[in-house]
Amino acid sequence: MQANDKVGIVIVSHSSDVARGTADMVRQMVGGDVPLGFCGGNPDGGLGTDVAKILKAIDEAWSDKGVAILVDLGGAETNSEMAVEMLAPERQGKVVICNAPIVEGAVMAATEAWGGASLEDVRRTAEELSPQ
Amino acid sequence: MPDLGKLMDIVASRIIAHAEELTALDSAIGDADHGLNMKRGFDAVLADRANILAKPLPEALKAIGMTLVMKVGGASGPLYGTLFMALAKELPAEPSLANLARALTAAVDAVKARGKADFDNKTMLDVLGPVARHLGNGTATFDSVRELAHSRAEATVPMKAIRGRASFLGERSIGHMDPGARSSELMIAAVCDGLEGKE
Repeated sequence: MQANDKVGIVIVSHSSDVARGTADMVRQMVGGDVPLGFCGGNPDGGLGTDVAKILKAIDEAWSDKGVAILVDLGGAETNSEMAVEMLAPERQGKVVICNAPIVEGAVMAATEAWGGASLEDVRRTAEELSPQ
Repeated sequence: MPDLGKLMDIVASRIIAHAEELTALDSAIGDADHGLNMKRGFDAVLADRANILAKPLPEALKAIGMTLVMKVGGASGPLYGTLFMALAKELPAEPSLANLARALTAAVDAVKARGKADFDNKTMLDVLGPVARHLGNGTATFDSVRELAHSRAEATVPMKAIRGRASFLGERSIGHMDPGARSSELMIAAVCDGLEGKE
Protein backbone atom coordinates (compact mmCIF):
# COMPACT_ATOMS: atom_id res chain seq x y z
CA MET A 1 0.00 0.00 0.00
CA GLN A 2 1.08 3.57 -0.61
CA ALA A 3 1.45 5.87 2.38
CA ASN A 4 -1.57 7.79 1.11
CA ASP A 5 -3.76 4.71 1.60
CA LYS A 6 -3.38 5.16 5.33
CA VAL A 7 -4.80 7.80 7.63
CA GLY A 8 -2.13 10.28 8.77
CA ILE A 9 -1.35 10.93 12.44
CA VAL A 10 -0.42 14.32 13.92
CA ILE A 11 0.91 14.75 17.46
CA VAL A 12 0.52 18.20 19.08
CA SER A 13 2.09 18.67 22.51
CA HIS A 14 2.99 21.71 24.58
CA SER A 15 6.51 20.29 24.67
CA SER A 16 8.60 19.64 21.56
CA ASP A 17 10.36 16.86 23.50
CA VAL A 18 7.06 15.12 24.27
CA ALA A 19 5.96 15.49 20.63
CA ARG A 20 9.23 14.11 19.29
CA GLY A 21 9.35 11.32 21.86
CA THR A 22 5.78 10.29 21.08
CA ALA A 23 6.59 10.30 17.35
CA ASP A 24 9.67 8.13 18.07
CA MET A 25 7.46 5.61 19.86
CA VAL A 26 5.01 5.53 16.95
CA ARG A 27 7.85 5.00 14.47
CA GLN A 28 9.38 2.21 16.52
CA MET A 29 6.14 0.40 17.32
CA VAL A 30 4.25 0.92 14.07
CA GLY A 31 6.99 1.65 11.53
CA GLY A 32 7.35 4.30 8.89
CA ASP A 33 4.38 3.50 6.65
CA VAL A 34 1.90 5.74 8.42
CA PRO A 35 2.15 9.44 7.46
CA LEU A 36 3.25 11.20 10.64
CA GLY A 37 3.61 14.84 11.68
CA PHE A 38 4.40 16.26 15.08
CA CYS A 39 5.06 19.58 16.77
CA GLY A 40 5.40 21.12 20.19
CA GLY A 41 6.32 24.43 21.75
CA ASN A 42 5.15 28.01 21.35
CA PRO A 43 6.45 30.36 18.63
CA ASP A 44 9.44 31.28 20.87
CA GLY A 45 10.37 27.66 21.52
CA GLY A 46 9.02 27.59 25.11
CA LEU A 47 6.20 25.35 26.31
CA GLY A 48 2.97 25.93 24.38
CA THR A 49 1.53 25.29 20.97
CA ASP A 50 1.82 27.14 17.69
CA VAL A 51 -0.88 27.20 14.99
CA ALA A 52 1.69 27.63 12.20
CA LYS A 53 3.60 24.53 13.35
CA ILE A 54 0.34 22.57 13.63
CA LEU A 55 -0.59 23.50 10.05
CA LYS A 56 2.85 22.35 8.89
CA ALA A 57 2.54 19.05 10.79
CA ILE A 58 -0.90 18.42 9.23
CA ASP A 59 0.62 19.07 5.82
CA GLU A 60 3.48 16.64 6.50
CA ALA A 61 1.07 13.91 7.60
CA TRP A 62 -1.48 14.61 4.88
CA SER A 63 -3.34 11.65 3.46
CA ASP A 64 -6.42 11.61 1.25
CA LYS A 65 -7.91 9.22 3.81
CA GLY A 66 -7.68 11.95 6.41
CA VAL A 67 -5.61 12.97 9.40
CA ALA A 68 -6.17 12.23 13.10
CA ILE A 69 -4.69 14.71 15.59
CA LEU A 70 -3.66 13.74 19.12
CA VAL A 71 -3.25 16.60 21.63
CA ASP A 72 -2.16 16.90 25.25
CA LEU A 73 -3.66 19.82 27.21
CA GLY A 74 -6.37 22.44 26.51
CA GLY A 75 -4.35 24.95 24.48
CA ALA A 76 -3.15 22.19 22.15
CA GLU A 77 -6.77 21.29 21.43
CA THR A 78 -7.91 24.90 20.95
CA ASN A 79 -4.96 25.73 18.73
CA SER A 80 -5.48 22.52 16.72
CA GLU A 81 -9.15 23.41 16.17
CA MET A 82 -8.03 26.84 14.99
CA ALA A 83 -5.52 25.24 12.60
CA VAL A 84 -8.16 22.89 11.18
CA GLU A 85 -10.43 25.86 10.45
CA MET A 86 -7.59 27.53 8.58
CA LEU A 87 -7.11 24.56 6.22
CA ALA A 88 -8.46 24.64 2.68
CA PRO A 89 -12.22 23.88 2.81
CA GLU A 90 -11.80 20.52 1.01
CA ARG A 91 -9.33 19.40 3.71
CA GLN A 92 -11.27 20.55 6.78
CA GLY A 93 -13.74 17.65 6.74
CA LYS A 94 -10.90 15.13 6.63
CA VAL A 95 -9.23 16.09 9.90
CA VAL A 96 -10.38 14.99 13.36
CA ILE A 97 -9.04 15.79 16.83
CA CYS A 98 -9.12 12.71 19.05
CA ASN A 99 -10.18 12.85 22.68
CA ALA A 100 -7.47 10.45 23.84
CA PRO A 101 -4.25 10.40 25.87
CA ILE A 102 -1.53 11.69 23.59
CA VAL A 103 1.08 8.90 23.80
CA GLU A 104 -1.16 5.85 23.99
CA GLY A 105 -3.64 7.47 21.59
CA ALA A 106 -0.97 8.18 18.99
CA VAL A 107 0.38 4.62 19.11
CA MET A 108 -3.09 3.04 18.96
CA ALA A 109 -4.30 5.40 16.23
CA ALA A 110 -1.19 4.75 14.16
CA THR A 111 -1.57 0.99 14.61
CA GLU A 112 -5.16 1.20 13.40
CA ALA A 113 -4.15 3.50 10.53
CA TRP A 114 -1.38 1.10 9.49
CA GLY A 115 -4.01 -1.60 8.92
CA GLY A 116 -5.84 0.66 6.47
CA ALA A 117 -8.71 1.68 8.76
CA SER A 118 -10.97 4.63 7.99
CA LEU A 119 -10.50 7.96 9.74
CA GLU A 120 -13.57 7.30 11.91
CA ASP A 121 -12.21 3.89 12.97
CA VAL A 122 -8.82 5.39 13.77
CA ARG A 123 -10.46 8.00 15.94
CA ARG A 124 -12.69 5.45 17.69
CA THR A 125 -9.73 3.21 18.49
CA ALA A 126 -7.80 6.11 20.01
CA GLU A 127 -10.80 7.36 21.96
CA GLU A 128 -11.47 3.92 23.49
CA LEU A 129 -8.50 4.75 25.71
CA SER A 130 -10.34 7.70 27.30
CA PRO A 131 -12.45 7.15 30.40
CA GLN A 132 -16.10 7.26 29.36
CA MET B 1 -14.03 58.04 14.05
CA PRO B 2 -11.76 56.65 16.77
CA ASP B 3 -8.05 56.57 16.07
CA LEU B 4 -7.33 52.85 15.67
CA GLY B 5 -3.58 53.37 15.99
CA LYS B 6 -4.04 55.02 19.35
CA LEU B 7 -6.44 52.30 20.57
CA MET B 8 -4.07 49.58 19.41
CA ASP B 9 -1.14 51.24 21.19
CA ILE B 10 -2.98 51.70 24.47
CA VAL B 11 -4.40 48.15 24.51
CA ALA B 12 -1.02 46.64 23.63
CA SER B 13 0.92 48.77 26.09
CA ARG B 14 -1.47 47.97 28.98
CA ILE B 15 -1.26 44.24 28.32
CA ILE B 16 2.51 44.40 28.01
CA ALA B 17 2.80 46.53 31.18
CA HIS B 18 0.65 44.03 33.12
CA ALA B 19 2.31 40.91 31.72
CA GLU B 20 3.94 39.99 35.03
CA GLU B 21 0.70 40.47 36.94
CA LEU B 22 -1.19 38.27 34.45
CA THR B 23 1.47 35.59 34.66
CA ALA B 24 1.35 35.73 38.47
CA LEU B 25 -2.45 35.24 38.39
CA ASP B 26 -1.96 32.35 35.97
CA SER B 27 0.70 30.76 38.17
CA ALA B 28 -1.87 30.52 40.97
CA ILE B 29 -4.43 28.51 38.98
CA GLY B 30 -2.95 27.77 35.54
CA ASP B 31 0.39 27.25 33.88
CA ALA B 32 1.99 30.64 34.52
CA ASP B 33 2.22 31.76 30.92
CA HIS B 34 -0.76 34.06 30.29
CA GLY B 35 1.13 37.35 30.63
CA LEU B 36 4.13 36.13 28.66
CA ASN B 37 1.90 34.74 25.93
CA MET B 38 -0.21 37.88 25.67
CA LYS B 39 2.91 40.04 25.65
CA ARG B 40 4.35 37.98 22.81
CA GLY B 41 1.09 38.39 20.89
CA PHE B 42 0.83 42.14 21.36
CA ASP B 43 4.56 42.69 20.71
CA ALA B 44 3.88 41.01 17.36
CA VAL B 45 0.83 43.23 16.78
CA LEU B 46 2.95 46.33 17.44
CA ALA B 47 5.71 45.02 15.16
CA ASP B 48 3.12 44.85 12.37
CA ARG B 49 1.59 48.22 13.33
CA ALA B 50 2.08 50.10 10.05
CA ASN B 51 0.75 47.23 7.97
CA ILE B 52 -2.31 46.79 10.22
CA LEU B 53 -3.13 50.51 10.26
CA ALA B 54 -3.00 50.72 6.46
CA LYS B 55 -6.17 48.61 6.39
CA PRO B 56 -9.81 49.62 6.96
CA LEU B 57 -11.11 48.80 10.47
CA PRO B 58 -12.58 45.33 9.78
CA GLU B 59 -9.46 44.12 7.96
CA ALA B 60 -7.23 45.66 10.64
CA LEU B 61 -9.12 43.82 13.40
CA LYS B 62 -8.85 40.60 11.42
CA ALA B 63 -5.10 41.11 11.05
CA ILE B 64 -4.77 41.70 14.81
CA GLY B 65 -6.78 38.52 15.47
CA MET B 66 -4.65 36.46 13.10
CA THR B 67 -1.45 37.79 14.67
CA LEU B 68 -2.70 36.77 18.13
CA VAL B 69 -3.69 33.31 16.84
CA MET B 70 -0.27 32.77 15.29
CA LYS B 71 1.93 34.28 17.99
CA VAL B 72 0.43 33.84 21.44
CA GLY B 73 1.23 30.14 21.78
CA GLY B 74 -1.39 29.28 24.41
CA ALA B 75 -5.16 28.83 24.41
CA SER B 76 -5.58 32.59 24.83
CA GLY B 77 -4.26 33.02 21.25
CA PRO B 78 -7.20 31.38 19.49
CA LEU B 79 -9.61 32.77 22.11
CA TYR B 80 -8.58 36.42 21.78
CA GLY B 81 -7.88 35.87 18.09
CA THR B 82 -11.44 34.65 17.64
CA LEU B 83 -12.72 37.69 19.57
CA PHE B 84 -10.95 40.12 17.22
CA MET B 85 -11.80 38.16 14.08
CA ALA B 86 -15.47 37.99 15.05
CA LEU B 87 -15.47 41.75 15.70
CA ALA B 88 -13.89 42.16 12.26
CA LYS B 89 -16.70 40.18 10.69
CA GLU B 90 -19.43 42.20 12.43
CA LEU B 91 -18.17 45.79 12.49
CA PRO B 92 -18.55 48.27 9.63
CA ALA B 93 -15.63 50.58 8.81
CA GLU B 94 -17.14 53.40 10.90
CA PRO B 95 -19.08 51.75 13.73
CA SER B 96 -21.71 53.29 16.01
CA LEU B 97 -22.12 52.27 19.66
CA ALA B 98 -25.05 50.08 18.60
CA ASN B 99 -22.81 48.38 16.01
CA LEU B 100 -20.19 47.81 18.69
CA ALA B 101 -22.69 46.31 21.15
CA ARG B 102 -24.01 43.92 18.52
CA ALA B 103 -20.53 42.99 17.31
CA LEU B 104 -19.23 42.34 20.82
CA THR B 105 -22.24 40.14 21.56
CA ALA B 106 -21.51 38.10 18.42
CA ALA B 107 -17.81 37.98 19.31
CA VAL B 108 -18.61 36.71 22.83
CA ASP B 109 -20.69 33.93 21.26
CA ALA B 110 -17.75 33.07 18.98
CA VAL B 111 -15.37 32.90 21.96
CA LYS B 112 -17.87 30.72 23.85
CA ALA B 113 -17.96 28.30 20.93
CA ARG B 114 -14.17 28.32 20.51
CA GLY B 115 -13.54 27.63 24.18
CA LYS B 116 -16.59 25.37 24.66
CA ALA B 117 -17.23 27.50 27.73
CA ASP B 118 -20.18 29.32 29.24
CA PHE B 119 -20.71 32.22 31.61
CA ASP B 120 -19.80 31.63 35.28
CA ASN B 121 -17.11 29.14 34.26
CA LYS B 122 -14.44 31.57 35.60
CA THR B 123 -13.15 32.79 32.24
CA MET B 124 -12.76 35.92 30.13
CA LEU B 125 -16.42 35.47 29.16
CA ASP B 126 -17.44 36.59 32.64
CA VAL B 127 -16.08 40.06 31.84
CA LEU B 128 -16.80 40.26 28.10
CA GLY B 129 -20.39 38.96 28.29
CA PRO B 130 -21.67 41.49 30.86
CA VAL B 131 -19.86 44.33 29.06
CA ALA B 132 -21.47 43.36 25.75
CA ARG B 133 -24.91 43.30 27.38
CA HIS B 134 -24.27 46.63 29.12
CA LEU B 135 -23.24 48.29 25.83
CA GLY B 136 -26.51 47.09 24.32
CA ASN B 137 -28.82 48.57 26.96
CA GLY B 138 -28.18 52.18 26.03
CA THR B 139 -27.01 53.47 29.44
CA ALA B 140 -23.28 52.84 29.07
CA THR B 141 -20.74 55.53 29.90
CA PHE B 142 -16.96 55.12 29.86
CA ASP B 143 -17.01 55.04 33.67
CA SER B 144 -19.80 52.49 33.88
CA VAL B 145 -18.09 50.19 31.37
CA ARG B 146 -14.75 50.40 33.21
CA GLU B 147 -16.43 49.77 36.56
CA LEU B 148 -18.42 46.85 35.22
CA ALA B 149 -15.33 45.23 33.67
CA HIS B 150 -13.49 45.66 36.96
CA SER B 151 -16.29 44.28 39.14
CA ARG B 152 -16.87 41.32 36.80
CA ALA B 153 -13.16 40.43 36.87
CA GLU B 154 -13.26 40.63 40.69
CA ALA B 155 -16.37 38.43 40.63
CA THR B 156 -14.32 35.56 39.14
CA VAL B 157 -12.34 35.29 42.42
CA PRO B 158 -14.91 33.18 44.31
CA MET B 159 -15.89 31.18 41.21
CA LYS B 160 -14.86 27.57 40.68
CA ALA B 161 -13.23 27.06 37.30
CA ILE B 162 -15.18 24.83 34.92
CA ARG B 163 -13.16 25.31 31.73
CA GLY B 164 -9.49 25.73 30.95
CA ARG B 165 -6.42 24.67 32.85
CA ALA B 166 -7.73 26.08 36.13
CA SER B 167 -10.57 23.54 36.03
CA PHE B 168 -7.99 20.82 36.80
CA LEU B 169 -7.75 22.39 40.25
CA GLY B 170 -11.47 22.10 40.97
CA GLU B 171 -12.24 23.65 44.36
CA ARG B 172 -8.67 24.94 44.68
CA SER B 173 -9.34 27.39 41.83
CA ILE B 174 -11.63 29.29 44.22
CA GLY B 175 -10.09 32.42 45.71
CA HIS B 176 -8.04 33.53 42.72
CA MET B 177 -8.96 35.96 39.94
CA ASP B 178 -9.12 34.39 36.50
CA PRO B 179 -6.17 35.67 34.43
CA GLY B 180 -8.26 35.84 31.24
CA ALA B 181 -10.95 37.85 33.01
CA ARG B 182 -8.23 40.25 34.17
CA SER B 183 -6.69 40.60 30.69
CA SER B 184 -10.17 41.25 29.27
CA GLU B 185 -10.76 43.91 31.92
CA LEU B 186 -7.42 45.53 31.05
CA MET B 187 -8.30 45.63 27.35
CA ILE B 188 -11.78 47.07 27.95
CA ALA B 189 -10.44 49.75 30.30
CA ALA B 190 -7.71 50.57 27.76
CA VAL B 191 -10.26 50.97 24.96
CA CYS B 192 -12.41 53.25 27.19
CA ASP B 193 -9.37 55.32 28.15
CA GLY B 194 -8.23 55.53 24.52
CA LEU B 195 -11.65 56.64 23.29
CA GLU B 196 -11.80 59.21 26.09
CA GLY B 197 -8.41 60.59 25.17
CA LYS B 198 -6.63 59.44 28.34
CA GLU B 199 -3.15 57.98 28.24
